[in-house]
Amino acid sequence: MAGTLTGQRVQNALAPAIGAVADHDPTGLLSLIPLGDTFRYYSVTGSVRRETADDYRLNVSGLVDHPATYSMSDLKALPRTSLVQDFQCVTGWRVPGVHWVGVRLSALLEQAAPAKQARAVQFTSFDGTYTESLTLAEARRPDVIVATEMLGAPVTHDHGGPVRVYAGSMYGYKSTKWLSGIELVEAETPGYWETRGYDIDGIIRQ
Amino acid sequence: MIHRTTAILMTVCILTAAVLYNGAIAVPVGHRHLIELIHVYCGFALPVPMLAGLLSFAYRADLRRLGRFTPADRRWLGSRTRRDGTIPVGKFNAGQKLNASLASGSILVLLGTGVLMYFVWLAPLSWRSGATFVHDWFALALGLLVVGHVIFALRDPEARRGMRTGSVSRSWARTEHAGWLRDLESTAATEPAVPGDS
Repeated sequence: MAGTLTGQRVQNALAPAIGAVADHDPTGLLSLIPLGDTFRYYSVTGSVRRETADDYRLNVSGLVDHPATYSMSDLKALPRTSLVQDFQCVTGWRVPGVHWVGVRLSALLEQAAPAKQARAVQFTSFDGTYTESLTLAEARRPDVIVATEMLGAPVTHDHGGPVRVYAGSMYGYKSTKWLSGIELVEAETPGYWETRGYDIDGIIRQ
Repeated sequence: MIHRTTAILMTVCILTAAVLYNGAIAVPVGHRHLIELIHVYCGFALPVPMLAGLLSFAYRADLRRLGRFTPADRRWLGSRTRRDGTIPVGKFNAGQKLNASLASGSILVLLGTGVLMYFVWLAPLSWRSGATFVHDWFALALGLLVVGHVIFALRDPEARRGMRTGSVSRSWARTEHAGWLRDLESTAATEPAVPGDS
């Protein structure tokens, strides 16, 4: 009980201390210690096909005036935004101060020109299973981006690369990995984890 | 029976935990929701065999023996020559008692923190973060305890035979659990083998 209440504080003190040692540990054994502040990799299907930056395509479709398909170089030609923000899983684990680079979703929406009846954004993943959605207002928040880089490098396959969503100030399940499509729709539909019990409103409230 | 069911559930919990926790395994295996469900329900089921065992007189008697730490147990733990038989050992030695207490205590902690993590609406975020922290460390500790438990078991075929068949040889009992053998012999002992663990 005490651990549950103070665990976060203890971890905040422990992680830099052990982490500094673990960084110089040649055996790699220290990485087995549950330091916290590390990503846990989620995949909801079997194996996910690997897409390279060269053959990657992102479709923007649905209730829009200008449907579009973006290649990686199209995305990189758009104004880039960079932010340092936590990745917070709904189950409790968190990675503080992650560096994200990408295109604001609001910028893509502006180019697509959503129709009047569009009220929500639906994400699809090239893993073939995962879906998520945001209200149009949530999608336009400045910390909701289509990320091409995280942790100072192109988004790796395990992190959902080459392109993933990062929905800051919302729980991790909103940040769709292996992003393949953005569709404008009339209403939010419960996504993969939301049909399995998580709240469709993923905004983090302490 | 109780031990075997618990062992199977514990093994499934450990294997699924390895998948959930380790990115190098988690991404190739995928199917996170399924793995999570197996882990969570085996975890919920973990205390059930032990609770069901409370219905059995023999199991309750063993629990009483496991839970009672005597001054001799403390001497046994502190002794370098603990296996030479000078400190009389009952049906369970002090190491087995420690294992039982630590394992059952850890299972309760893992169960409680696991519930907080799985039913995310139960508690505020800071509790879930704390629960994750506690769950991770207890899982690591219990995993090491189980590994040690298995290593000791692998070293002692007669103890394994006792767990499997319910009886052990008199000579083994005399060297490893002399106090228990003496108690059994003083009550009534003409049988060739003595009953083992339930």
